[in-house]
Amino acid sequence: MRIKLLLVTLLFSLASVPACAFQTIKHWQTSQGGQVYFVASPGLPMVDMRLVFDAGSARDGTHHGIASLTNSLLATGAGQWNADQIAQRFDAVGAEYTSAADQDTGWVSLRSLTQADLLEQALSTFEKIISQPRFEQDQFQRIKQQTLIGLQQQQEKPGFIAEKTFYKAIYGEHPYAHLVDGEIETLKEVQLSDIQQFYQQYYVRNNAVLAIVGDLTEQQAQQMAETLFKQLKQGEKAKPLPNASLPEKASKEHINFPSTQTHVLAGLPVLRRKDVDYFPLYVGNHILGGSGLVSLLFDEIREKRGLAYSAYSYLMPLEEPGPFTMGLQTQNKQSTMAIELMQKTLADFIHLGPTQEQLIAAQKNLTGGFVLRFDSNKKLLDYVAMIAFYQLPLDYLDSFQDKVSQVTVDDIKAAFQRRVNTDLLQIISVGGEE
Amino acid sequence: MIVRLFILLFYSFSVHAAEVQEHVLTNGLKVLVKEEHRSPVVVSQIWYKVGSSYEPSGITGISHMLEHMMFKGTDNYPAGKFSEIIAENGGRENAFTGRDYTAYFQTLEKSRLAISFELEADRMRNLHLLAEELDKELQVVMEERRMRTEDNPRAKLQEYLMAMAYSSSPYKNPVIGWPSDIENYQIADLQQWYQHWYAPNNATLVVAGDVQAEEVFKLAEHYFGAIPGEKIKPLKPQFEIEQVGVRRMTVKLPAEVPYILMAYKVPSLMTVDQEWEAYALDVLAAVLDGGDSSRLPARLQRGQQIASSVGVGYDFGARLEELFMIEATPVKGKTLLDLEIALKTEIRELQRETISASELAKVKAQVMANSVYEQDSLFYQAMKLGMAETVGLGWQKSEQYREKINQVTAEQVRLVADKYLLESQLSIAYLEPQSMRANTTAGVNHAH
Repeated sequence: MRIKLLLVTLLFSLASVPACAFQTIKHWQTSQGGQVYFVASPGLPMVDMRLVFDAGSARDGTHHGIASLTNSLLATGAGQWNADQIAQRFDAVGAEYTSAADQDTGWVSLRSLTQADLLEQALSTFEKIISQPRFEQDQFQRIKQQTLIGLQQQQEKPGFIAEKTFYKAIYGEHPYAHLVDGEIETLKEVQLSDIQQFYQQYYVRNNAVLAIVGDLTEQQAQQMAETLFKQLKQGEKAKPLPNASLPEKASKEHINFPSTQTHVLAGLPVLRRKDVDYFPLYVGNHILGGSGLVSLLFDEIREKRGLAYSAYSYLMPLEEPGPFTMGLQTQNKQSTMAIELMQKTLADFIHLGPTQEQLIAAQKNLTGGFVLRFDSNKKLLDYVAMIAFYQLPLDYLDSFQDKVSQVTVDDIKAAFQRRVNTDLLQIISVGGEE
Repeated sequence: MIVRLFILLFYSFSVHAAEVQEHVLTNGLKVLVKEEHRSPVVVSQIWYKVGSSYEPSGITGISHMLEHMMFKGTDNYPAGKFSEIIAENGGRENAFTGRDYTAYFQTLEKSRLAISFELEADRMRNLHLLAEELDKELQVVMEERRMRTEDNPRAKLQEYLMAMAYSSSPYKNPVIGWPSDIENYQIADLQQWYQHWYAPNNATLVVAGDVQAEEVFKLAEHYFGAIPGEKIKPLKPQFEIEQVGVRRMTVKLPAEVPYILMAYKVPSLMTVDQEWEAYALDVLAAVLDGGDSSRLPARLQRGQQIASSVGVGYDFGARLEELFMIEATPVKGKTLLDLEIALKTEIRELQRETISASELAKVKAQVMANSVYEQDSLFYQAMKLGMAETVGLGWQKSEQYREKINQVTAEQVRLVADKYLLESQLSIAYLEPQSMRANTTAGVNHAH
């Protein structure tokens, strides 16, 4: 990983906003039943593809972190090639292989030039990685050690401790309750055979969707998808996740940490990807804390009082209700004040709802900036993969602006009152003494 | 096999990026336009030639502080209005400060470019700098510093290392500034900084996206044309004095995992005698850490399995003399000394033996592919031009990058390793973790 030193500092941290695209998405099944979602994007001789499995950390079971570890091990040896050879094969043609896991998914991505010979080498390597990973003992031990050291290093960061504690607080016993990378204690116990089993169960055709964006004809995309899916075992779709229930009552937890700032997270599980309240909650959160420099939380906490560098809220829609999270970091001595202010801003918003002016401004922002959301193949791929995995309607993109425009002040107020219950709010703070 | 592929790559591959068009207004504002019609979006960035390396001691970080204050309003648009207008137009905006530049940007649907121009032109000269706003924003910047540096052991170590590696170069100071400087900025300091550097003839306006260059030039003339140019006093030269021996330090902080950072003093493209040396150093960085098949991941992470993570950094586009940095984290059971020895062994090999033809070809293939991939991002395209222009290289340099890298030979890579990656030019910092629980007093030991 090339070092990017902290030589540049931004006015505020850029938060990525999930959203959607506009271009026509073609959807079909391969002869083997593989689900394919394709957007032709001519102009640059390159292609991006992502194969997404229902193999996220929610599938970890008791081995917290196994989904992520399995995902990282794929490229450490496959078919006739070892880790060095795989790396060589990608680098030699300028292809980029990336992979990651989140709560719901484990995915692998490839970015390549479309020149036939280059693409062929990148693709054949990619296919082997997903269909014939070797899972060798020494590579397993190496990656596991790396992950453990990574987790240990994370313990240096108050923000990480806060996040870990926050998820545990809002999800209790649900599989979303632990972080994707897992925990040192549980990861230590994972054996190679567990990895193999995880792979065999989840990295299968019936548990996958493929998204492709790039300078290909539909026919080329079809061929590519056909070959790719043929190599995967059929397998079974993963079972539905258990319901995420709400916390029983509000709670507040502080963890002492040798840092100059206290990191605060507050929230609860709220939003499903296919939620009936999706748009009122989404637009409402945009006003409350999702729109950077102009949101209510940013204004109250940073602009009016200079209490924090970043103050925000976000909704992370997942298969089961994903978190609604408010966050800030402030010097230890003013943490109580900042937490109270954050709570008050939320309570006022839920009680009163946004003003008509705030709503109109948010709608203008969301619709006026709609084209910015998919102005690159990279962004487009994110949306197509999301639509594919969560099986959102193909016209989800086209209808986005209408749905945003239809939201009313009352919709937002009602949705927040119904779904963001402050009596159940979980508040975590990590930092030094006041 | 690999080499054959490259030949194919270089001879059969052709993609032509749109030409950059340049126009300089009579007041000295340079406008650069890169037309890119794939999507109805436009990025507008304004780059000022001022950053932390321009700052005298006592007011370090003032460029960054001013960047924050630039959102605090003018006569025409009171505090917050700028951001409100951009937001209502569906725009994204932010700003960033580096060692050699301060830049502001907006991304908008293409028909709304004029909005960005009007607002940027207004705050180029009409900013309100109010004491009460400064009092608040100064707290925000202190929080930013705590978040980025104070509570992050590796960032803290990097800050200590820079302060040790440089003697007289202003690159020794952090971009965000030293805490006591931040706490003591006065409105007058900011006023002066703003007056001095924010002028059309000290700025470059870069626009990339679905626009016509001629129309952008007209629009720029309309909004920025009336702003008078200023007399910009040239910066005093602040050269780094010669380093005459290795510098070492141990940083003891509450942390969990040890870490090593090594930094060799090397030229940038701006300071180098012979241009090819900077490009060769850039190739060298990629040989060590450009993709998973490069030497450090292949040898130290996978082969010898002594590093848990490795990284290399070299910003060859810096205005002043640069550092070629290598960082690593040991695996359990290995020490920082083990890593230092292994990293130096790699450096020695690069000094003694030329890299293989396939290694060189691989780096060139990656650069070629990246030159296509980077066109996927409007923002990045504009950024490259703005940065090259602002550090004094001229935007044309960024367009020549691929070609110049293509001309680098294996022997040149060996030569720059041999000439610049010298023990006497090295600074090394070790992070020695102290218990997180005991709430230990943080401290640093110097040992030159």
